Amino acid sequence: MSYRREVVQLYKTLLHLGKDYPSGYDFFRKRLHRAFMKNKDENDPEKIKNMIAHGQYIVKELEALYMLKKYRTLKRRYDL
Amino acid sequence: MARVLVGVKRVIDYAVKIRVKPDKSGVVTDGVKHSMNPFDEIAIEEAVRLKEKKLASEIIAVSCGPTQSQEVIRTALAMGADKGIHVEVSGKDYETLQPIHVSKILAKIAQNEKVDMVIVGKQAIDDDSNQTAQMTAAVLDWPQATFASKVEKGDKEITVTREVDGGLETIKCKLPVVISADLRLNEPRYATLPNIMKAKKKPIAKVTPKDLGVDVSPRITVVSVEDPPVREPGVILPDVDALVAKLKEGGHV
Repeated sequence: MSYRREVVQLYKTLLHLGKDYPSGYDFFRKRLHRAFMKNKDENDPEKIKNMIAHGQYIVKELEALYMLKKYRTLKRRYDL
Repeated sequence: MARVLVGVKRVIDYAVKIRVKPDKSGVVTDGVKHSMNPFDEIAIEEAVRLKEKKLASEIIAVSCGPTQSQEVIRTALAMGADKGIHVEVSGKDYETLQPIHVSKILAKIAQNEKVDMVIVGKQAIDDDSNQTAQMTAAVLDWPQATFASKVEKGDKEITVTREVDGGLETIKCKLPVVISADLRLNEPRYATLPNIMKAKKKPIAKVTPKDLGVDVSPRITVVSVEDPPVREPGVILPDVDALVAKLKEGGHV
């Protein structure tokens, strides 16, 4: 079974999230691309599954990071 | 089940450094990243949570502004709103659009759509007016629950915990009601890519203030917009004597 679909989906999701990355989209995109390219020859289905799970974990972390950043900025700005 | 109207505003992104135009007529908006007002995200999130708890039947997202305002309506739809209404106000009219106009527009739409709840962010991060919810409630003659940090919906009434100075106030009021969301009401979800795609299929109706019978002629003129004063740099002094001398010099002792 091929994981191509999941991997592409994950990449797209991460790219979308990267648009709001504090260090800039370019910074994020380059690193994201590098991380995916590093493992492009992986053939072990078990390992690929683990890597996708790790990617999904990063997605959750990024969402949490953005939420917290926004919350903190507003809290500081409005002294709430 | 309640029908919910949510007001969303397109503002300059919270992370962008604001620059004032050299002629002091306003702030630079061209080529600057815009996004949904963070307090409005909280308002949308609350409406979506009500819907998920089967307490709301339909969520309508409204935005007043130029064509680009449709972007924030799309974001609202991606977060879970069912349909959007774009009230087109552009150019000169938009520059002088005030909460008084927006509240009349929201009130009119609330009546047309027969909604039971209007939820808006407590204020926008660009003009910080903090008036729209209050004025909308006044125009509709509905109860208002502003600065909500907790909303519990009953059948015919609603219990809202409000953030007031130095504490919390819990109020109960009958529906229909106008609610304004404070920062700690909830944590808004992120609009995911698949949901943004799905949101493209949801309908956005386009109306003008004229269609709604609202006069948007300006009530005020902006005289000037200026930067806040720059903080003066501090100095490091070698010892206590120097500090005392400096304080005396400044007239603080």
